[in-house]
Amino acid sequence: MAEYLIQTVGLPEWLAWSLMAGLSAVLILNLMAGGALVFIWAERKVSARIQDRLGPTRTGGSFGWLQSLADGIKLLAKEDLMPAGADGMLFRVAPYVSFCASFAAFIGLPFAFDMVGLRLNVGVFYVVAVLGLEVFGVILAGYASASKWSLFGAMREAAQVVSYEVPLGMCIVVPVMLAGTMDLVTIGEKQAGWFTNWYVFHDPFTFVIFWVYVTCAVASVNRAPFDLAEAESELVAGFHTEYSGLRWSFFFMAEYSSMFLVSGLAAVLFLGGWNGPIPVASLLGLSDGTGDTTGVLVRLVGLGNLLGKATLGVLIMMWIRWTLPRLRIDQVMTTCLKYCTPIAAVMFAGAMTWLWVFPGGVLDIDTGSRRPGEIREGWLDGPGGRGAAAVSTPSSVPNNAAVAEVAE
Amino acid sequence: MSQVIDDDPRIIEFDVRTDEMLVNMGPQHPSTHGVLRLVLRTDGEIVSEIEPHIGYLHRCAEKIGENVSARQFIPYTDRMDYLAAMNMNLGWSLAVEKLMGLQVTEKARHLRVLISEFSRIASHLVGMGAYGLDLGTFSPFLYAFREREKILDLFEEACGARLTYSYITVGGLTADLPPGWLARCEAFLDQFEPVIREYHTLLTTNAIFVKRTAGIGVLSPEMAINYGCSGPVLRGSGVDQDMRRDGESIYTAMYDGYAFEVAVMKNGHYPQDHVYPAVPADAVLGDCWHRFFVRMLEVVQSMDLVRQAIDRYSACSGPLGEPVKVAEKLPKGDVYLETECPKGQMGFYLVGDGTAIPWRVRARSSSFSNLSVLAELCHGCLIADVPAIVGSLDIVMGEIDR
Repeated sequence: MAEYLIQTVGLPEWLAWSLMAGLSAVLILNLMAGGALVFIWAERKVSARIQDRLGPTRTGGSFGWLQSLADGIKLLAKEDLMPAGADGMLFRVAPYVSFCASFAAFIGLPFAFDMVGLRLNVGVFYVVAVLGLEVFGVILAGYASASKWSLFGAMREAAQVVSYEVPLGMCIVVPVMLAGTMDLVTIGEKQAGWFTNWYVFHDPFTFVIFWVYVTCAVASVNRAPFDLAEAESELVAGFHTEYSGLRWSFFFMAEYSSMFLVSGLAAVLFLGGWNGPIPVASLLGLSDGTGDTTGVLVRLVGLGNLLGKATLGVLIMMWIRWTLPRLRIDQVMTTCLKYCTPIAAVMFAGAMTWLWVFPGGVLDIDTGSRRPGEIREGWLDGPGGRGAAAVSTPSSVPNNAAVAEVAE
Repeated sequence: MSQVIDDDPRIIEFDVRTDEMLVNMGPQHPSTHGVLRLVLRTDGEIVSEIEPHIGYLHRCAEKIGENVSARQFIPYTDRMDYLAAMNMNLGWSLAVEKLMGLQVTEKARHLRVLISEFSRIASHLVGMGAYGLDLGTFSPFLYAFREREKILDLFEEACGARLTYSYITVGGLTADLPPGWLARCEAFLDQFEPVIREYHTLLTTNAIFVKRTAGIGVLSPEMAINYGCSGPVLRGSGVDQDMRRDGESIYTAMYDGYAFEVAVMKNGHYPQDHVYPAVPADAVLGDCWHRFFVRMLEVVQSMDLVRQAIDRYSACSGPLGEPVKVAEKLPKGDVYLETECPKGQMGFYLVGDGTAIPWRVRARSSSFSNLSVLAELCHGCLIADVPAIVGSLDIVMGEIDR
């Protein structure tokens, strides 16, 4: 698009790039904020259905789909309260740290082939790193609130999230290893075709590690049964005990967008990303070029696929939340350190061995003369590999503006 | 993490020692069942000392009892254990009847059994649902309340109120059942029976639930007796005592001819334990899981008693009998009577001096005694265990503070 503006419309280069960066930022921010509202509404409806209730039925028609918006307006109108002993600056800053971390991570998440805010050759690393910043907001909130319950919540969050990032990282490394790149777009692309190409079905180890990822992802976004940081029956409301109004809603939005993010990441890394289970487009012989209409359609279907998979993940998290009791802090840490981490480590080693023994997969018939353990020629030179990284570098420089834009 | 060495819970070894912190849990805390205030001395996540503060719901019920007549006091008993008001009415009525030497008709007797056992189901449903809530699962709470609503609907049909009934009264009951009530009651029981399996799936046998409750807050039988615990808390520790069987004759006579087995673990077995989920391997007699499980068993037991009462009540002919007059004079003398309420043994003491107004009224609350073990049970536990233990005691502040 930026090239289009420069070449055809004739805008100066800096203006074209800034415009596009602004546009991406606005799109991501609004789509995801809107998405978070939809998920908040969905959570109410899902929980209501699970519990034999109706949930919101009046605001905005019989399905109550405007309920989140009405709640938002109510929260906006609330009195802005801060405890007398609170550290004012940190107290104010904390919700935005969480919010920005959670939303900035979407820049790196591809929604369809080439539909990505910023195609980074270290996309996986970027998403995980930025999402990890969310914990700072929570710790700041707990520390600055001048409330003992908040402090308990913050300490729990710190212990839990930092621990769970270890197995989570190991789980994420496996698809990275299979694809040979950290570029999320390439990882998604490599899983094109039938659903058997999805990395979750690549070998038994990846299948197991997918479930480890699910556990760690639920824990790292603080959802039940790992929602210890805000355990309402123990810590009143945990780290956001003293928050109200819009600041509280920022935490809330961050939680829901993080849920969507880890689900989206699971979809891209393990569940084929934007590729449907059946490669309809290639069976019909449709092109996926950028220029023509079918290419655009294929991308839109891909977008639907990814959103569908991510939404399914979010719905499963909701289902778990409304079914299970909460674990205790020592049990949460045991789950992480005694089960998730060793399992992830073993599965990582297993997947590595598998890749060494069957370099092209079990069903790969064209391995031909290749011996087990032989590294393929040009392994790193595929799209998103060494070559692609070089190509994508120029675009990453001006798009840093997008990060700055979101951070504001 | 802490490690409790040997049997002495006072010796706690810490790997990491941090500054101690005094935390107020309550009186506006979500999981203190009303207005209980707990002062926790914590070292990180470990609770080294806990002190309950009560009295936020004190309404001078006993003093009021010394200013109104015995029948006028019935509505005040409603407000003691407001989750099982029928049983409170029954306890007071029986105590007054014992003082007066009254005996109710057969029909009233069976109706009282029916109503008070029904009320026990409602109370245990709240206890069970709220316990799920304490452990962080919300859905069982609403499943429990869904069924409790149906019981309240039936009570509303019978006496007009949904929470504070004043239905059972001195000398009988205020009114007979409306036509068709028994059929609706039986229909409810038939519908409710399979729902209990749902509760067992969601809570009793749920792996996380077992992890959170088994072996937590172990109350030894000796300690339970020493602290005066009663009801499911006492039976959860394996002490075989139930006032419906072991109480005074005026109370046990009410259950004459009724077949029921006290829900308590004997020789490692619960009555008819092939029907219910097995006791998990980690569970220790007297822990939170057992207290919870005894309540679940009592729901089934009460359903059976309600069924028996329906049969006996419909076999009775003749009038229900009139309750005593509001200003009926009390004879001189004093009585004390304990009845088996859902939360435990509720005792009423009253002294009559020849007038209609009792000279002295005193209530012995089961929740009060059950709460007193909290400090012992919570020593050296984690903060998350505190709601689990408080919830397993199933206290009602209205009864503690009176």
